[in-house]
Amino acid sequence: MTEPTAGPLKRTPLYDLHRELGARLVPFAGYEMPVQYPTGILVEHNHTRTACGLFDVSHMGQVRLTAKPGQNAAKAMETLVPGDIAGLQPGQQRYTQFTNDAGGILDDLMVTNAGDHLLVVVNAACKDADLAHMQKHLSETCEVEPMFSRGLLALQGPQASAVLSRLVPQVATMKFMTGAYVVIDGARCYVTRSGYTGGDGYEISTPAEQTDAIARTLLGHPEVKPIGLGARDSLRLEAGLCLYGHDIDTTTTPVEAVLLWSIGKERRVQGGFPGAAVVQKQIAEGSTRKRVGLLPEGKAIAREGAEIVIDGKTVGIVTSGGFSPTLGRAIAMGYVERSQSANGTKVDLMVRGKPVPAEIVPMPFVKHTYYRG
Amino acid sequence: MAETKYTEEHEWIRVEGDVGTIGITQYAQEQLGDVVFVDVPVAGRTVAKGEACAVVESVKAASDIYAPVGGEVVESNAALADTPGDVNAEPTGKGWFFKLKLSDKGELAGLMDEAAYEAFVKSLG
Repeated sequence: MTEPTAGPLKRTPLYDLHRELGARLVPFAGYEMPVQYPTGILVEHNHTRTACGLFDVSHMGQVRLTAKPGQNAAKAMETLVPGDIAGLQPGQQRYTQFTNDAGGILDDLMVTNAGDHLLVVVNAACKDADLAHMQKHLSETCEVEPMFSRGLLALQGPQASAVLSRLVPQVATMKFMTGAYVVIDGARCYVTRSGYTGGDGYEISTPAEQTDAIARTLLGHPEVKPIGLGARDSLRLEAGLCLYGHDIDTTTTPVEAVLLWSIGKERRVQGGFPGAAVVQKQIAEGSTRKRVGLLPEGKAIAREGAEIVIDGKTVGIVTSGGFSPTLGRAIAMGYVERSQSANGTKVDLMVRGKPVPAEIVPMPFVKHTYYRG
Repeated sequence: MAETKYTEEHEWIRVEGDVGTIGITQYAQEQLGDVVFVDVPVAGRTVAKGEACAVVESVKAASDIYAPVGGEVVESNAALADTPGDVNAEPTGKGWFFKLKLSDKGELAGLMDEAAYEAFVKSLG
């Protein structure tokens, strides 16, 4: 979870709260972030699956795009991503990717139609590059406004709706991948029903100076416990969700990553995004490799970088692997040659030089429980 | 009489006669967090001082465990396969990793006693 960084580490608006709660803080994407609280990752993970967890994801990059007179921000955004942005109704949110000319993924992101503007949330480690990318390509058509000092709280778990609707009744009926401006503790916030756990929950964009108070209000509800980045990673892995820089990067395309579902049907045909020709060719002919789920038989954990082998021949590599607290066993995902990617295929994962038998399985590992109304 | 020594990699070794029992310290288990898998060496394996010979997996990461001294593995803690959490709950008790028949008891002299190890951990802040 830790990464080398240059210069002093930045802090989110919740830094003091993390210290008070006894978090173990680690460098992550240039920020000092809580990897876990004193209860530990297993308890935090299980609490999020059974009750409600509060995550500080303020390190992620929030950007507002507003069309200049006579322009269309959604159409402009579609020149950078393969997702159907123009088709988003007000209040609708979509997952997509910034692609490069080879169809590789520069970052993955969320885009929400917030009425007269778009709200974009990108990964922390990529946010400066993403902002420069948007400024370079969208400045003629849009006001590109970074909101990097805002807070972003994720409230996740089966009791998230009960908790947040005590403060904001309207969130109870919001559907998965929709958003709305709401007032919490007197602060104007933007709430979306989305997250990175595979379960029900919300992400709440907060004014920087009110983030701490809102987080403390949420933690005051008996169901809510603070959750660190360690459990965030194990939760998203169970949900089969990609971690940028690991499961997807500039060398993987949305087709290889099995993210074709996130590309609009019309956009597959019409293209108009960077690398469209590569992506369209892969859609038509198939990619040479694809991302798959892997279920090791034993208890050994195959982590990122472990080779995937069939009959002594390397056919792929693990890109994420870890222990699933929900299943009580090791899980992993990785890329394999498409010819070897069928569910049920037996492979070996090379862990410290020893083969660990595993099977290619469908993802998610833990069923998604999104609220669809 | 049993004598316990410590390494800078946060292993402990408790020596009785010419057999040493090896595990990780309270400080180490706190740093690792929840242990979910332990790979221990098989009996009969000969290990050199400083050799990586076991692996402890927490939710976060895999960490090597090094032999504090050289010798032959005479027993490993099979119970950890089913209850890896013993390493967190009782790192110096039920959470032991393996036992070594020491090849050179003189190698113990290079390790820290309890007071020196406590001072070392304190120095880590």
